[in-house]
Amino acid sequence: MRLVVPCFFVGLLSMPIHIAPAHAADGRDIAAGGNGRDAPACSACHGAQGEGRPDLAYPRLAGLDSAYLIEQLNAFADGGRNNEAMVPIAKALTADERQAIAKFYAGLATPKVDEPQKADDKTIAAGAALASRGDWSKGLPGCGQCHGATGQGVGKAFPTLAGQSAEYITAQLKAWKDGKRTNDPLHLMTGISGKLSDDQIAAAAAYYASLPAAAVTAAPQGSKP
Amino acid sequence: MSEHRPDLRTWIAGVVFLGLAGFVGTTLPNFNTSKTVEPAIAKPDKPVSNNTAENSRPAFSPPGDDEIPKNEFGDAVRLGERIFHDTQGNAKEFVGNSLQCSNCHLDFGRLANAAPLWAAYVAYPAYRTKNEHVNTFEERLQGCFLYSMNGKAPASNDKVMVALESYAYFLAKGAVIGADLPGRGYPKLAKPAKLDYAYGQQVYAAKCALCHGADGAGQSAADGSVVFPPLWGPRSFNWGAGMSSITNAAGFIKANMPLSQGNTLTDAEAWDVASYMDSQERPQDPRFSGSVAETRKLHHDSPMDMYGQTVGGVLLGQNSPAAGPQR
Repeated sequence: MRLVVPCFFVGLLSMPIHIAPAHAADGRDIAAGGNGRDAPACSACHGAQGEGRPDLAYPRLAGLDSAYLIEQLNAFADGGRNNEAMVPIAKALTADERQAIAKFYAGLATPKVDEPQKADDKTIAAGAALASRGDWSKGLPGCGQCHGATGQGVGKAFPTLAGQSAEYITAQLKAWKDGKRTNDPLHLMTGISGKLSDDQIAAAAAYYASLPAAAVTAAPQGSKP
Repeated sequence: MSEHRPDLRTWIAGVVFLGLAGFVGTTLPNFNTSKTVEPAIAKPDKPVSNNTAENSRPAFSPPGDDEIPKNEFGDAVRLGERIFHDTQGNAKEFVGNSLQCSNCHLDFGRLANAAPLWAAYVAYPAYRTKNEHVNTFEERLQGCFLYSMNGKAPASNDKVMVALESYAYFLAKGAVIGADLPGRGYPKLAKPAKLDYAYGQQVYAAKCALCHGADGAGQSAADGSVVFPPLWGPRSFNWGAGMSSITNAAGFIKANMPLSQGNTLTDAEAWDVASYMDSQERPQDPRFSGSVAETRKLHHDSPMDMYGQTVGGVLLGQNSPAAGPQR
């Protein structure tokens, strides 16, 4: 009898361990090969290691906050964010799959890939000044006041900008400015982009694209001081 | 003053009632049904001016960084600017919380209606009721470290003080000494008929928590650097700071918050959310006498100051973390 009871418990404990992996979505597998239904491999556009395709404005996903990535996938799926390519893909992903993909990309410390065109130093310097100081003559705070001093990102609402592609940043700022992207919390970016000149958009984008990718740390993002 | 006195008893009673209701697990009907916090802010039709009541008066423009002289004095100015922008990195020994000078003095101390340094510089020496004597600009700066930074005051000849004073002096170049420059301090809003803590809480949740956190503790990046300053709790300004006065906080919030959306909150929203923020616990007043009631009488005797008042059953000041750097 003494032997039977422990064996019974061991059997119970081991059951979920054997069952769970077969059902859990694997972010790495989906990223590399799709989900076997209507969502193709993320890597086809976002690169094998989530480095993105700066030449085509496909964003870098590596190192982005996982909660931010989930929110964006949910927004593509439920109409909160519009993109011809991403809407059907996001709709084809289950909640578990979105979570698994987000977790996978959040953990990648892929180095920044080269931009198709290297920006000139003057543009990058103008972007650095805008990121640090803003342009208060137009009521613009520095980008870093919300996205972190080095564009490292804060929590799920203020994504990492360091190492993101200039083309993607430019496209998003213009989308907000034109009212084509509207899923920004408090509509902060709608207001900001409306005050930015085209030169300022180009400068901010060039500056963040010139930075190395932010370090990926084990600590959860958006932690308290 | 008394005719403008907000009906504190009413809203304190409301808070206690809410707390009790929560305790027994009851869902109360929203008694603020006439007011809802707009979930999103529409794009303003015209550029938002940072000058609420002072558009008619000419604004002072501080010199640009390119005018900082390239000499020893210029070095001190630049150091002052660095301290101002990154107080944590450049004056750590005098700081006891997670704040930066530039959290409340926006645009590196240049922005009108965000307590610009150039307006303060020409306003001292001055008598202050806060400490009942004539203060030099230097003593005023020391007060910032003691209260707003919950730290300790640098000595007059300390490099940090010399640099900050040099920076303020530089920014005030061309301003008239003794002038009450438009944009000084924070805008003075018309006193509200009452302060509504519960509505302030709603405004906070809708407009402030995104950055400052639901618990007011601020937010850091994954690398540990503080990006959004804590508004209350042990890492924020202490009970002696100017921002712990609802009047100051309401003016700052109205003109500047949410960041990039200044002057989008109504005056009532600014007042109520300021009263909510300033009804939370924060580090003790460094002038604490040992008695909350006595300290309130000596330093906080105003309806716009919640120190020593009871909110939600908690006597503010009673359980304050100790004042000053805790290291």
